Amino acid sequence: MARALITMPRTAKRGDVIEIRTLIAHPMETGYRPGEDGRVRPRDIIRRFSCHYDDGGGIDELVFSAELFPAIAANPLISFSTVATASGTLRFMWEGDNGFAQTERVSISVTA
Amino acid sequence: MNRMNPHAMNRRLLLTAALGIGAGVVARPAFATADELQAAIATFAGGAPVRAGRVNLAVAPLVENGNSVPVTLTVQSPMTAADHVKAIAVFNERNPQREVVVFRLGPRAGRAVVATRIRLATSQQLVAVAQMSDGTFWSHTVDVIVTLAACVEA
Repeated sequence: MARALITMPRTAKRGDVIEIRTLIAHPMETGYRPGEDGRVRPRDIIRRFSCHYDDGGGIDELVFSAELFPAIAANPLISFSTVATASGTLRFMWEGDNGFAQTERVSISVTA
Repeated sequence: MNRMNPHAMNRRLLLTAALGIGAGVVARPAFATADELQAAIATFAGGAPVRAGRVNLAVAPLVENGNSVPVTLTVQSPMTAADHVKAIAVFNERNPQREVVVFRLGPRAGRAVVATRIRLATSQQLVAVAQMSDGTFWSHTVDVIVTLAACVEA
């Protein structure tokens, strides 16, 4: 499990736009860089990031996603926003080369 | 004199040819990457026209470390169900690969502002392209100078 850091408000008013910052520990090896033996190191990157908003009432919606390429810096930081609609859970997923997959969940309580 | 002429002609031809090859070698990579950049943008836009405006790519004009360059993308959009940003893509001119990132948004994003950190192999052009829900594409081109390039060491 890679270390992941998610910064977002834990409480919000309904309809508020909240900012979410995610950071995950990953080398994002480009596949263009030679290693110490002079041979090119194989690519090892996170290819996809997604965020689902589960409102606890049966609606689990994709609110944001990203396709990453080798030009994304190591330990990818992605900052975006979403509308706080209801109390629930935000699910963050990173998927990449060599079967890399990680899921993190953060709950949010939304007041009227 | 008549016998010398062919030689003179040959030398002139050779010189012109050499110059031509030299110019070709120098100019080709620049044209090739610019073409590739346009091709990558055209692929993303699916052949639709891409106009300048509405999207803003914020990046420092002078970058000290190409390994981690903060970029912020902002699109002017109300982000409603009827009128929102569907995707924002970033392309570069001189990294090994044209694509940098594609963000997919919708009305649930609330605000069309995204940020990340990218790698830049050398001083080059960056292009952000935004796809709107009405099917239009908008772009912003920025020139960046990099003093320490990514991918060389460490």
